[in-house]
Amino acid sequence: MGHGLTFDVAHLLGGGLVLVSFLMITQHRLYALLNAFALQAVLLALSVAWQASVQHAPHLYITALIALVFKAIIVPVGLHRIIQRLGIHREIETVIGSGTTMLAGMGLVALSMTVMLKVTPTADPLAREDLAFALSVVLLGLLMMVTRRNAVSQVVGFMSLENGLVFAGTGARGMPLVVEISVAFSVLIAFFVIGVFLFRIRERFDTVDIEALDRFRGERR
Amino acid sequence: MIFSASTSIALVLVIPVVAAAVLALLPDYRLSSRLNMLASGLTFAASLSLFFVARPAPGQYLFVDDLNVVFIVLNTFVGFTTSVFSASYIGHELETGRLTPTYLRFYHAMYQVMMGGMNLALTANNIGLMWVGIELATLTTVLMVGIYRTHEALEAAWKYFILGSVGIGLALFGTILVYMAALPVVGEGVDGMVWTVLVTQASHFDPALINVAFVFLLLGYGTKVGLAPLHAWLPDAHAEGPTPISAVLSGLLLNVALYAVLRFKILLAANLGSVAPGPLMMTLGLVSLVFAALMLYRRRDIKRLFAYSSIEHMGIITFAFGMGGPVANFAGLLHMAMHSLTKSGIFFAVGHVTQIKGTQKIAEIRGLTQTHPWLGWSLVIGVVAIAGLPPFGVFMSEFLVVSSTFAREPWLAIPLVLGIVLALGALFYHLNGIAFSDPTGSTAPSDASYVPMIVHFGLVLVAGVFLPPTLVVWFRHVAEILG
Repeated sequence: MGHGLTFDVAHLLGGGLVLVSFLMITQHRLYALLNAFALQAVLLALSVAWQASVQHAPHLYITALIALVFKAIIVPVGLHRIIQRLGIHREIETVIGSGTTMLAGMGLVALSMTVMLKVTPTADPLAREDLAFALSVVLLGLLMMVTRRNAVSQVVGFMSLENGLVFAGTGARGMPLVVEISVAFSVLIAFFVIGVFLFRIRERFDTVDIEALDRFRGERR
Repeated sequence: MIFSASTSIALVLVIPVVAAAVLALLPDYRLSSRLNMLASGLTFAASLSLFFVARPAPGQYLFVDDLNVVFIVLNTFVGFTTSVFSASYIGHELETGRLTPTYLRFYHAMYQVMMGGMNLALTANNIGLMWVGIELATLTTVLMVGIYRTHEALEAAWKYFILGSVGIGLALFGTILVYMAALPVVGEGVDGMVWTVLVTQASHFDPALINVAFVFLLLGYGTKVGLAPLHAWLPDAHAEGPTPISAVLSGLLLNVALYAVLRFKILLAANLGSVAPGPLMMTLGLVSLVFAALMLYRRRDIKRLFAYSSIEHMGIITFAFGMGGPVANFAGLLHMAMHSLTKSGIFFAVGHVTQIKGTQKIAEIRGLTQTHPWLGWSLVIGVVAIAGLPPFGVFMSEFLVVSSTFAREPWLAIPLVLGIVLALGALFYHLNGIAFSDPTGSTAPSDASYVPMIVHFGLVLVAGVFLPPTLVVWFRHVAEILG
């Protein structure tokens, strides 16, 4: 059965977000990771803009614009600079291999599809598939935060998680604006926090590898 | 009437914001610490007035009901006493050079932002706004935990930030799912996030969707409550940040996160087709309790010791609320209030102790009752109270939790009692050395103010001996709301 153009485009963009998430969890270089993140942000902006026109909700264009300007341009450029200044543009150490990460990621996507599609049989098909995609992106972002030890890639993982959340929020029809602003705002604060942290860590330790902060404290579990 | 409840709510939110702006600009730390006290005191006064004024109809964003008044008053009271403690604490930090005047300015402003965030979360009638409040409070505490900028402080703050954001993310996803569940019933727009609307319509929501939403919310906000296995940030954050922050983290922020879980529990209870949220909460609570009780034994850092004790008590409280029913809910509420007062009082004492001794290592803090009788004996009283011995308030609330468990779920009483007894043993094992063995380290007298600490322990003692009937009636009523 056909759902029409609305459904197809939204579906395409949502699927694109998940694909880029996969690209990110297997990316070994920091610069490539940032590029993938920027691509995801662009896709998010497109998808949100599409939702804005489909739902006749002009305020969503603001969210799309924030995603485009802030997440696709400012943040990647800023992080690029930080990486340069810290001189850590080499390989990322992952805690587990990329094959295992890939398998785990596939498992998570399967899980989110099963769960979300099962619990929302009555919701409109576009919203429920959006939710399933969004949950996949959220879980893949989580996976990235867990498998990476480098502070910058953990931050990127977190922002990818936020992308999933924005996608879910805009997929829900008529969700009040307060949430979108707050999400954008939280990203801003988060970035501020991260910036402070990165500079302090740099100042003190000359590295942003989280493991370098580990020190025997007399009661390591 | 000039002074209505909406004015009170507005004051509870506006005072911290204005104070934060002023404190960020003031360079003199003595003046700012006094202003910090003044602002916290005024906020407390405004929250008290909520008891006496007529309540307006719930708005789309803010409201007051019998449940959140309890939390708001407790929140602003401990916020006020901690600001008094903080004023006597930070002078010493400045002398020893651990903090600079610039950082203190930042510290005071952040303190007020944090209080404002928590008050916002508690007064919000909008589940999106509640999320924003908790997130704001969390981010400010992350910054405060890292304020000493040592290796350990930064590691703790980073860990807290990462785990906290995961919790925040999951909670937001759960919030969106609740909105999705409300969408077919309530319709599009702001109403789909207004708690008072949701709760009246909850019986028509799709049960499967709301179940999944609750799992996300429980895990997300549960990370903030410090429930095992999501607790990893909590001991580090308590141990490495300034002690006033440890006091408000344990005494307040954990409660605020639990409050959010309770709101959604009520929502779920209104929907007959959904799973009962109780067993999930009971399991998480018991796991946290037993795990933390075991972890207490091998602690070597005094602040980490009491941080684990907070996990233990949040476990008991979550367990009690999970079991539900009038008695268990009453016990949970009482235990929450008693734990807040006792634990922040203990952190006040620990703050003075660590400043005198210049260390947080338990092995280097010895014989306090001989060198510092007031401080040593206060700490003994605090630990006796938190371990759940009579005649203190914690004893009464723990007794109620245990007895109602025996009545309702006898088998679960075994791990519950086991956890409580194990924790008691661990606390006394450590207390013996800290309070009574041969003194070590500095014996310099402390010129800090013991008033906040004594007030807290005094209140816990009074509550254990005589609980005012009005309070009992009030708590009973709230326990009924909680279902």
